[in-house]
Order: sequence, then C-alpha cells, then structure tokens
Amino acid sequence: MLSFLRGIALALMLALGLGAAPAASAQDLAAPLAALVGDDYSAKGEAIEALARMGGPRAAEALKALAEGRLFRRRSDQLVVIAPTSSGGTLTDAATGAAAGSAGDRELEAANLNNRLRRQLAGLIGSLTLTTGTPAERRAAAEALFKQRDPAGLPALTAAIAQEKDAGVRAAMEMARAAIVLSSDAPEAERIAAAATVGARSDREALGLLLSVAGGAPPAVAEAARTSAAAIERHLAMLDYAQNLYYGLSLGAVLLLAAVGLAVTFGVMGVINMAHGEMVMLGAYTTFVVQELCRTSAPALLDYALFIALPAAFLVTAAVGALLERSVIRWLYGRPLETLLATWGLSLVIQQAVRSVFGPTNREVSNPSWMSGAVDFYGLTLTWSRLWIIVFAVLVFVLLLVVLRRTAFGLQMRAVTQNRPMASSMGIRTHRVDMLTFALGSGVAGIAGVALSQIDNVSPNLGQSYIIDSFMVVVFGGVGNLWGTLAGAMTLGIANKLLEPVAGAVLGKIIILVLIILFIQRRPRGLFALRGRAVEA
Amino acid sequence: MLPPRFFTARLIAGWPGLLFLLALAAAAILVPLSNLVLPPSSPWHVPTHLVVLIGKWLCYALLAIALDLVWGYCGILSLGHGAFFALGGYAMGMYLMRQIGTRGVYGHPVLPDFMVFLNWKELPWYWYGFDQFWFAAIMVVAVPGALAFVFGWFAFRSRVTGVYLSIITQALTFALMLAFFRNDMGFGGNNGLTDFREILGFGVREQGTRAALFAITCAALAAGFLIARWIVTSRFGLVLVAIRDAESRTRFLGYRVDRYKLFVFVVSAMMAGVAGALYVPQVGIINPGEYAPTNSIEAVIWVAVGGRGTLVGAALGAFVVNAFKTWMTGAMPEVWLFALGALFVLVTLFLPKGILGTIRARRRQPAAQPQAATSPAPAPATAEQGP
Repeated sequence: MLSFLRGIALALMLALGLGAAPAASAQDLAAPLAALVGDDYSAKGEAIEALARMGGPRAAEALKALAEGRLFRRRSDQLVVIAPTSSGGTLTDAATGAAAGSAGDRELEAANLNNRLRRQLAGLIGSLTLTTGTPAERRAAAEALFKQRDPAGLPALTAAIAQEKDAGVRAAMEMARAAIVLSSDAPEAERIAAAATVGARSDREALGLLLSVAGGAPPAVAEAARTSAAAIERHLAMLDYAQNLYYGLSLGAVLLLAAVGLAVTFGVMGVINMAHGEMVMLGAYTTFVVQELCRTSAPALLDYALFIALPAAFLVTAAVGALLERSVIRWLYGRPLETLLATWGLSLVIQQAVRSVFGPTNREVSNPSWMSGAVDFYGLTLTWSRLWIIVFAVLVFVLLLVVLRRTAFGLQMRAVTQNRPMASSMGIRTHRVDMLTFALGSGVAGIAGVALSQIDNVSPNLGQSYIIDSFMVVVFGGVGNLWGTLAGAMTLGIANKLLEPVAGAVLGKIIILVLIILFIQRRPRGLFALRGRAVEA
Repeated sequence: MLPPRFFTARLIAGWPGLLFLLALAAAAILVPLSNLVLPPSSPWHVPTHLVVLIGKWLCYALLAIALDLVWGYCGILSLGHGAFFALGGYAMGMYLMRQIGTRGVYGHPVLPDFMVFLNWKELPWYWYGFDQFWFAAIMVVAVPGALAFVFGWFAFRSRVTGVYLSIITQALTFALMLAFFRNDMGFGGNNGLTDFREILGFGVREQGTRAALFAITCAALAAGFLIARWIVTSRFGLVLVAIRDAESRTRFLGYRVDRYKLFVFVVSAMMAGVAGALYVPQVGIINPGEYAPTNSIEAVIWVAVGGRGTLVGAALGAFVVNAFKTWMTGAMPEVWLFALGALFVLVTLFLPKGILGTIRARRRQPAAQPQAATSPAPAPATAEQGP
C-alpha cells in the first residue's frame, strides 16, 4: 500500500515536473547519477526518484541503462557512463550524452540494483518513455500499460496524453488509460465510458479485459463491458469467417491447379488419368531438383529458382504425359474403365520409381524470400505463399482458357471433343491432338506441382493426397468446361474450410464427400454439364 | 427338389467350375486334416501360418467373385468394394470385441478396452446386440447390404454410370476410411479392433478353430460361387449382361435397368461383407486401413487378371495375385509396387480377358466365328466416347 501511494506521488511529481522543467541541465543530473553508481541503496532510490522528477531524454536514457545493467562508473576518472551492452563497448557520458571513448567491463564498475529498486525502475521507465521516446517507443509504452493496467501509471499517462501530438500514439494512450480506468474503482460513469473506448479496440486482449470486468463490477459497468465484449466477439467472429474464407480461397486455388489439367484430359479425351496426381508429384520433384541445382551452381538464382522450375516442370511432365499416351493410353481409347486401371498401375510405377530415386522421406523445398512471411490486412493474416498461389492459379486458368479459345490447337481440341469422327474427316489429326492434349494436361499438372511444393510436403505420396479431391472437383464441376472446374474447385475449397471450424477437419471432409455423392445423384454430369447428343454414348 | 441337370448344366457348367468346386472341397477336408492330424515333421503337414494365409486368400477370392458379379456381368466397376468387405469385417470384429469381456487389459465387463481408454462411460447404441453371434451374423450381411442399397438406389436411379460411378464408389470408401480413423466414431480409431479371444466359445488363436474357420471359408466361397452362378445363368443374369453390353438399349426394351443393377449390387455387397467377416477372425485384426481405396482397386486387378465375367477366374486371380504378392513382398519388397503397377498395365493392354477368359476364347475359336464373335476388338479411338 505504501509503495502504491508513493508510486502515485512519484508519478504526480513526475507529471508536474515534466510540465515545469522539460529538461534538466547536465549539472543537475550529475549528483543523482553519482549516487546511482554509489553503494548506498536508499540514496540510489532517492536518486532514481530525482531523475524521474527531472525528466528529459538524458534522465530517461540513464534510468533505462540502469535497469538494463548498462550504467557504469569508469574506474579511471569516476565518470558515470552508459555502454551499449552490459559488458562495455563504446561509452557515452550519462550526463551530457557526449562520446566518452570505449572500455571493457574490467575498467568499469556496474551500478548494482536490488529487487525493490528494479520494481521502482520498471514503473518509472514506462512513464518516462511515454513522453520522451520516439513515437514507436511511446506507442509500445502505451501498449505495455494497456497490458499491465497498473493504476500507478494513470497520472503519468494522463499527463502524457495532454502533450501528445501524434494522433495514433494518443489513441493508443487513451486506450491504455481507458483500460486502467475500467479495471480500477473509478466512478461508474467514467468506467462505462472507458468500456466503450476499450470496446473500440477489437482484439482478444480487449475482449479478455472486458469479460473479466463484466464478471465482478457494479451492474451498470458490467452491462457496458458486456455490450462492448459482445461487439468485439462479433467483430472477431467476422474476422474468423473472413480468414476461413481466405483459407478456402487458397485451398480452392490449389484444387483448381491440381484439377484443371485433369479436366482437360478427362473432358477432351474421356480418359480417366489416375496417374494425374503423380504428374503433380513429378512437378514438385522437378522444383526440388532445380532448386538443388541452383543452390550448388548458381546461388544468386536461388530466389528465382521457381521461375526456372515452372517451364522445367511443364516440359518434364508434358514429356512423361506424351510418353504415357503413346505407349499405353492410346491402346485403350474407348475403354474408359480399363484406362482407369492402367493409369492406376502407371501411378504405382511412377510413385515407386520416385521413391527409389529420391527416397521415401519428404524433400525440403524452400520458399523464396518473396514468398515467405505474411501481410496483415485489416486484422487478417494473409500469407504470401498462399496469396501467390491464388494469383498463380488464376494466371494458369486464364492462360489455359486462352489456349483453348484463341489458338489453332485449342480449336482442334474442341472440335475433337465435340465430334471426333467429324473432326477427323475435316483433316484434324485426332491422334496427334490426343497426344498433345494429354501432354498439355500433364504439363499443367506439373506446374501445379511447382506451386504445391511451396505449401505441401514433397514426398512420393504427394499426388495421391490430391487425386480424389481433384476428381471430385472435375465430377462436381462437370467435364468439358473449364468454368465448371473453376466453380467446382472454389466451391469445394471454400465449403471445406468453412465446415472445418464447425465440424472438424475430418468430419468436414466426410460431409463434403457425402454432399458431392448426393449432388451427383441430382446432376449426374456435374454443375456445368455438356448438353447434346454427345452426352449419351 | 431341383433336377440334377440344374446343377450340372447351369451351376457348374464346364470343367473350370467343376475343378474349382472339387478343389475347394478337397482343400476344405485335406488342409485342416493335415494340419491337425499329421505331425509337424511329416512332409504333408500344412503349418498353421499357411492355413491362415490360404484362408486369407480364400476370403479375397470371395471378394473377387462378388466384384466379378457386378463388374464382369453388369459392367459396374466398383472401386469401393473394399468398403463392404471392411464393414462385414467390422461387424464381426465388434462381436469378437464383445466376447473379450473382462479379459481385456482394463477388465471392463461391457466396454471394449479402447472405450475405457478413451474414458467412455457406456456402450454406444450401435454396439448393442453385438454380444450375440446371431445378431452379428445378420449385421455382417445387413450393414453392407443396406449401404449398397442406399448408395445404389441413389446412383442407379439417377443413371450415374461408367467412370463417374467408379469415382464416387472410390470417394465412398475414402470417406468411410476417414470416418473410421476418427476415435469418436467408436470403432477403435486408428488401431481398429484387435486382441480377440473367442468366437462362439472357441479360442480364435487355437489350431482347431483356425482349421474350422478355414473349412468354413472354403464352404462360403463355394456357396458364393454357386449363388453367383445361379444369378448369372438365370434369365435375370441375361438381362444383367444385356445391361453391361448396351445399357440404353436394354432400358428401351422396357427393363427397369436400375432395379437389376441395384439387386446385383446389393447381393455383391453382402457377399463382400461375408468375406470380410471370415477374414477378421483369421487375421485377428480389422482397422480403417482396410477401407483404403488402394485395397479396393487391388481387388479389381485380381478380377482383371483372372478374367472378368468368369467367376472362377476372379477367384483364381485373387489367388494368383496374392500368392505373387506374398512371395514378392518377402523376396524383394522394393520391386513389388513396380510389379503390381506393371500388372495393371500389362493385363489391360495384353490380357484384357484375363487368364481364364483368354483360355476360354482359345477353346471356342474353332467352333464359332474366329475372333470377331468372341473378342470384340478394342473400340477404335475414333469412336464416340461418353465422358
């Protein structure tokens, strides 16, 4: 209680002192500084109070240094100095701030503290920084006060608010003040107003404070706190929802990448390619190889390895795709069930081949610097990697649309999709179109693998974990229409992530699968179904 | 009383069926006898681990026949038959769990160990009745049958066919796998059901029980084969084949295609359930891994290897592939997946009718029109393809 009262008195003095004498002269500082490095602990306490009373940047600096063990007496000339670390270094004169050479800790004698002094210092420094620090420091001090809610800091805070110029910092200070008032036993009206102020800060910290106040305050205050808390909860729920939406969007983008190649092969050729997931996996491993090559031979390129990996992955997987089409799938046209089995077999072979070459464990693919980290967007945390993948998925989608709609190859592909015998009789080499289509679909899968290597483990099983989801997307969206794939991927991605917090990850997935199975009953050919005679074989 | 011709001409019909049934009968009698009566030193003694292994293959063979019934005769390629197999297995596993009684690690009289471990206070409602064998035996066929009925009713009525059906059956078994991996489903989660003690009062690990289970599995396989033969040789079976070969045309002829499909799908699922139920006491464990889509698709390759639409071939395929697998995973495990993958590719490319189908086609060739009549060449790529 005594220390509490003294704290208030001190803070009051401090506040008054700040108003009267903004900065103390070097002479004024000399005596208390000397006391700080002395041996008498009660003299130290008085010196600390004196310094705090004087205020000003030098006093604040000295007190801070004292708290951090960086305040020394130089043995050679008894000068009180501040060092950058507790073991010496380049010194500055504590009283004037002038440079004072450098020294190691042997030539210096540290100012010792006991626990009582440490406590005293901690409170005072917070208050001092409120007025003397840089804006960022002042804001941090206000934040610290908001968290501590130490009533002793209130007068200093009030004084600091009065002279604060920076609007943002003042808002932070007022928030801290409201928090202190709210949790103190100030008059009800003030506390109610404080509750409203705290309510404007819509994060978990404020929510916790309001809820704790709502528990044990007079009814009117508790009511106000509850109202504010409810508003914060609503805001947080909205934020959660938006965050899930973002996760859903990014999952949708991933699904779109994985499924869009499948949509091409399935839609155009009616071929169920169960080895599609393995193409994705090969793309991811290509990224790994490219990155390793960059690491060993051209470290400067490491940050841009992905741009090399993109065409490389496309070429590798497209070549593998063309090879599979020529060697196996070509012989199975018109027998979709057998194609399914054969491609499943191929997927096993590819998986095992990768396992024997690269080993069964996960391979490390690092994120380039421009893809790591996150950006804060009105309280939403958007990770760069996911943001880029969304952008990338949209790019790939648009590119594919352009290829299908605006190129000669795309025209031939669509002709073959719609009426194969007619296209053939018009001189389109359907076999070649088939091969190129399969290569294109596989190549897009490879590109998807590059993207997935950034957010998922690169292991031989990478493809398997996406194949069922990809098929669900294609089946849900309907074949032969890229827009259907887009709609399917986004719907499934967002529905998955929105269900996850409600039902849990696994149950959410099961619900989605069951819903798709039910949906297929209603619309057996998907959302965007092809219509016309070609549908019924 | 059915006339003898019913058996000779319709059910057995030819040497493969006859040989198959004779081999099963011989195995059902000789293997348990040799295991139980002959001393281990005798060269004719069948060791217990081999009895269990072959018993497992017999269960797979029954699953293969069930799959052949829908795929080979009705053109429904189910990639989710492992789900029915596992459901039957879980029904049996639940009975076996309840039989453990107070002999479990925690010694709880009613709750299985994993429930005590998860701090459950009482038995979930769906575990009631499984302390009775007759109830479990009904559930072994009822649960897969009911799931197949509901699923098939939706799927066939809205004419989900071909690869679409394959994909959603795969999604079905995938969903079930995820569900059964969850601890709060009440089926033992990741670990599944295991540590069984008794079946009908006989210790599951005793030699005699294993031999008896072996003989029963032989009998079940024979019964499954005869039921399947009976279905496919009836008028009903002819409609099934018509649906396989030209579904729309059959529908236009006035047959309710969806009902035919639904019936045969449910029967097949029940058969798979029985196979699973016989599998569990022999193997001693059932866990959610049995629902993995890989298992179901492996069952498809057994049928493809043996020859679909032949029944005996399906059983033969299950035997051959699994014997191959057992040998290979022991001798050179890293090659097994290459071999399995190659098997998928080679069989579909070069042996589309499977072992038995190819032999059968060869034998018939001199009599009927060569090639074209018996083996329609793969449709050319220029043919119109349904997605």
